[in-house]
Amino acid sequence: MKTSAPERERVVGSKVTRVDAVEKVTGLAKYAPDIYFDRMVHCALVIARKPHGILHKIDASRAQKLPGVFGIFTYKDVPGKNRLGEVVDDMPCLVAEGETVKHYGDVVAVVAASTQKTAEEAARKVRLTIEELPAVLDIEEARRDEIRIHGSSNVSVHKKIRKGDVSKGFSRADLIIEDNFMASYQEHAYIEPQGVVVLPDTDYGMTVYGSIQCPYYVQSSLSKVLGFPMSKVRIIQAETGGAFGGKEDVPSFVASYAAVAAYNLKRPARLIYPREIDIHTTSKRHPVKSRYKMGFSKDGEILAIEVDAYMDMGAYATLSPVVMFRTLVHAAGAYSVDNVSVDTYGVYTNKVPPGAFRGFGSPQVLFAVESMVDEASRRLGIDPVDMRMKNALREGSRTSTDQLLTESVGAVETLDKVNELSNWKELNERVEAFNRGSLFQKRGVGLSHIIYGVSLGAQGQHIDKSGAHVQINRDGSVDVRIGGTEMGQGAKTVMAIIAAEELGQKLSQIVVHQTDTAFVPDSGPTVASRTTMFSGNAVRIACKSLRERLVKLYAELNSCSEDEVELHDGMISCGQDKGMPFDELIEEAFKKNVKMFEAGWYQSPVLEWDPESGIGQAYITYSFASQVVVVEVDMITGNTKVLEAYTVHDVGKAINPEGVIGQIQGGFVQGMGYALSEDLKMLNGRILTDNFNTYIIPTIRDIPRVFKYGIVEDEFSEGPYGAKGIGEPSLMATPPAIANAISRAIGRRIRHIPATPEYVLNVIKEDAE
Amino acid sequence: MRINFRLNGETITTEIEDSMRALDLLREDLGLTGTKEGCGEGECGACTIIVDGNAVNSCLMLAAELDGTSVETIEGLTGSDGKMHPVQRSFIDKGAVQCGFCIPGMIMSAKSLLDKNDSPSKEEIEAALEGNLCRCTGYVRIIEAVEDAASIIREDRK
Ligand code: FES
Ligand code: FES
Repeated sequence: MKTSAPERERVVGSKVTRVDAVEKVTGLAKYAPDIYFDRMVHCALVIARKPHGILHKIDASRAQKLPGVFGIFTYKDVPGKNRLGEVVDDMPCLVAEGETVKHYGDVVAVVAASTQKTAEEAARKVRLTIEELPAVLDIEEARRDEIRIHGSSNVSVHKKIRKGDVSKGFSRADLIIEDNFMASYQEHAYIEPQGVVVLPDTDYGMTVYGSIQCPYYVQSSLSKVLGFPMSKVRIIQAETGGAFGGKEDVPSFVASYAAVAAYNLKRPARLIYPREIDIHTTSKRHPVKSRYKMGFSKDGEILAIEVDAYMDMGAYATLSPVVMFRTLVHAAGAYSVDNVSVDTYGVYTNKVPPGAFRGFGSPQVLFAVESMVDEASRRLGIDPVDMRMKNALREGSRTSTDQLLTESVGAVETLDKVNELSNWKELNERVEAFNRGSLFQKRGVGLSHIIYGVSLGAQGQHIDKSGAHVQINRDGSVDVRIGGTEMGQGAKTVMAIIAAEELGQKLSQIVVHQTDTAFVPDSGPTVASRTTMFSGNAVRIACKSLRERLVKLYAELNSCSEDEVELHDGMISCGQDKGMPFDELIEEAFKKNVKMFEAGWYQSPVLEWDPESGIGQAYITYSFASQVVVVEVDMITGNTKVLEAYTVHDVGKAINPEGVIGQIQGGFVQGMGYALSEDLKMLNGRILTDNFNTYIIPTIRDIPRVFKYGIVEDEFSEGPYGAKGIGEPSLMATPPAIANAISRAIGRRIRHIPATPEYVLNVIKEDAE
Repeated sequence: MRINFRLNGETITTEIEDSMRALDLLREDLGLTGTKEGCGEGECGACTIIVDGNAVNSCLMLAAELDGTSVETIEGLTGSDGKMHPVQRSFIDKGAVQCGFCIPGMIMSAKSLLDKNDSPSKEEIEAALEGNLCRCTGYVRIIEAVEDAASIIREDRK
C-alpha cells in the first residue's frame, strides 16, 4: 500500500543533530543523582569484606547511635522474597545471618541517613562477624570441585555445538595449531556510577527513578523483593550516564536495596554508588580461558575447529548462562567451517559476578579465534586479508551453528573496504621499512574480522519483542514512548528520525520520552544491539497506522486520491495543491474525533534451535566488521601505542549515520582499553584497582593519530529501513586487531588480554618458539 | 563558617560546614546539579568547574576555598537569553555528546583553555582535556568540537 511505504526516505540516513544534546551541554539533563525529593533519605551499603565465609552476626548498635541515622536494614526487613537474579535466583538481596558470604562485596545491610556522609560513616560502623571459609579464586580451582560454592558442582552451565566431524577435518589438515588464551576482566567504567531514587508514590506503590538500562528487569525484581504486584511498581529511567551492559541487571539490585529502605521508612530513598562500591560490587566482563585447536589446508581453508572455553561466573549466576550462549555461537568466528565442536562452561568462584558487557561474552573468544587465524596465516605464508577472504561467510554460507545465511551478509565487503581504506599492501610495506630502521621500537599491522549475532537470539526469543506508544497532541507535537532506553548510544535520536520519517512531521516536533514502565509494556531488555531494530520497528508500525489516518483525512478534506497524499517535514500535500501544515491537519483530526494515538508491537521471527547439538538459527541476522590497526611496541618497556586504526562495519542501514560513527569511535577506544591497559587486579578476591587512579581507561591522549572508518550497508529485510545493529560490534573487532598487531610487531604470539606492558615484556623475553 | 564568592556572575554569601566539598555546596546547597561526580577522587574530571579562570576538580576542593573567588559552572555558560557558549554549540554540532555525563566537565575544561588560548594545537587540547574521562565517544569528536569552538571564538573576536 502506498501510504505505508513512503516513496522517498528523507530523514532516515541524513545528518541530524542529536535530540537530547541541548540538555546535556547546558547541565539541565537530570541523571539519578540530580533528582531530589522532600524528606528524601540517603543510603549507603554495608558489604562483606571477605571472599567466602559464614555470616554469624550483624551488629549495628554503634552505627545506629550516630546522629542522623534513620535506619539500618537487613534481611529481616525485606518485605517480600530475599532473592535476586534475572536468570537463576541464586543470590540473596541481603545476606542473612547464618548464610554464607560468597564474594567480597556481597551486600549485607542498607543504611539510611540524613546525608550521604552520615550514611557512609554509619555503614563503616556496622560490625560483621564472618567465619572465613577457604575461597575458590580461579577457574582451575573451581573445576576441581573440592570446595563447592553452591553445594552442587561449581561447573554449573555447559553449552555445546557439534557440527560435522572435527576428527575427519583434522585428519585432512596440512596444518594443525593448538593454543590457549586468556581474556581477563573488564570494568564498564561508565562515568556515571550506579544510582537510583525510590519513592512511595501516589498509586500506593513504589516509583523508581534511576540510571537504568532495562526498566522491566527492575520492575520484576522489585515486585518480588517488596512483595508488590507489578502494577504497583513503576520504573522511570533517569538520564543514564553510560551503561555498556553494566546497567543491565545491576540496577535491579541497586533499586532493591534502596526500596527496602524506602519501604521501611515510608520516605524517598536515594542510593548513589561511590565509585569504589561500584567497582567492588557490580558486574564486569567475564574472564574466559579458552583452548583452541584448528586445522587448515595449505591454501588456508579452515577445515576444523575445536574449542573449550571456561567462563568465570563469580559467586552468582546472574546473566552468565545467557552470556555463554553468545560465547558459544561466536567461538568459531566469522567463517564458513564444516567441522565445528565448541564447549563452553560456566564456573562459580568466590569473586564478584561478571555479567553483561558490550559484546556479551563474544569479545573474549573472538580475540582467541582471530589470533588463531592470524597465526595460521603467518605459518602458511598467506596474506591475512586473503586468509579471511577465503573463509568468509557469504550469502548461501552456513555459520558455525549450520545456519543458512540468505541475506544481508556484508562480510566480504567489509574486508574489501578495509583493505582499500588502510591501503593494506602499502601500509605493510611502510611498517616493514620502519622496522628495518628501528631496533627498540617495533611496529606491527594487525587485522581482525568479526561476526555479531543481532538481538537476543534463539535462547532469548521468549523475551525478544518490543512495544511503542505514539501519540499526536492537538498542537501537532508528537510523544514517542518506547520500551528501549537511551543510555548515550543515541536511541532517542533514531526513534525520532523514524517517527519524523513515517509521520512527515518535523524532527523538532517529536519528543522521545524517558522510558517509563507505566506507558509501554515489557519490551525486553535494551541490550544486544537490538534497540534500533526492535523499538524502531515498533515505532514505525505505530506511526504507519497514524499516517494512514492522516492521509485518509487529508484526502477527504481536499477531495483527492489517498495515493497522491504526501507527508513531509511538517507539510501535507496532494498532487500540486498548496498543502497544509501538519498542525492544522491535526486540528482537523481532533475536531473529527480521529484516534491520534497508536501502540506498536514487534516480535522476533521464530528461530529454530536445538540446544542439544547447538545446531540451528542462532540469531535473526548478523553484523560484520573488519579492522586494521598499526601499533608501535617499545621493546624495552613493553608499552604499546596504537598509531593507526581503520575499521569497516556492515550495519545493514545507518538510520542515523552520525550516531553510527559515534558508536564506532567510542567502541574502538573502549576495545583498545580492554586490549591494552584495563587491568583489574585482585588479591584474595578483593579488587585492588577500585578507582580511576589504578584502573586505567583510555584518555584523550591515547587515541590513534589516524582513525578512519567505513560503513557497509547490506540491508536486512526485517530491520527498519534495512538496519541491523552497531552498538556492540563497534568494540568487538578491536582487541583481536590490536593483539595481532602486537604479535606481528614483536614476532611472538599474544595470548592474554589486556596486553599490559608487563605481559608484553614477558612475551618478548620468552625463548623463541 | 560564612563564605563569599562570585558564582556565574552573581554574589553568593552562604554558611557552610568546614569539611564541605565545593562540589556538594554547588550541587546540594545551591542546586546546581550540572556539575557531576564520577569518582570523588580527582581522576575523572566530571566535576570540573572554573575558579578564577582555572579549571579545577570541585570534588577535591573544600567549599571554604571558594571564599573570595570567582566561580563558573556549566549553568553559567548559557546566557539569560538562552544563547549558548560557542563550546556548547560546537559540542552539539560536531556530535561530541553521547551519554552526556562527562560533558559539563569537558566543556568547562575546554572553556578554560579557550579563554586563555583561542588557537590551541591538538596537543594543547589534549593536554587541557587529559583529566576529563569519557567512556562513550572515543574523544575524536570532542577534539573536533574544541577546534571548531576555537575557530568560532576567533571569528567573533575579529
Ligand atoms: S568527581 Fe571529581 S574528578 Fe571525578
Ligand atoms: S559522553 Fe558518556 S562519558 Fe562522555
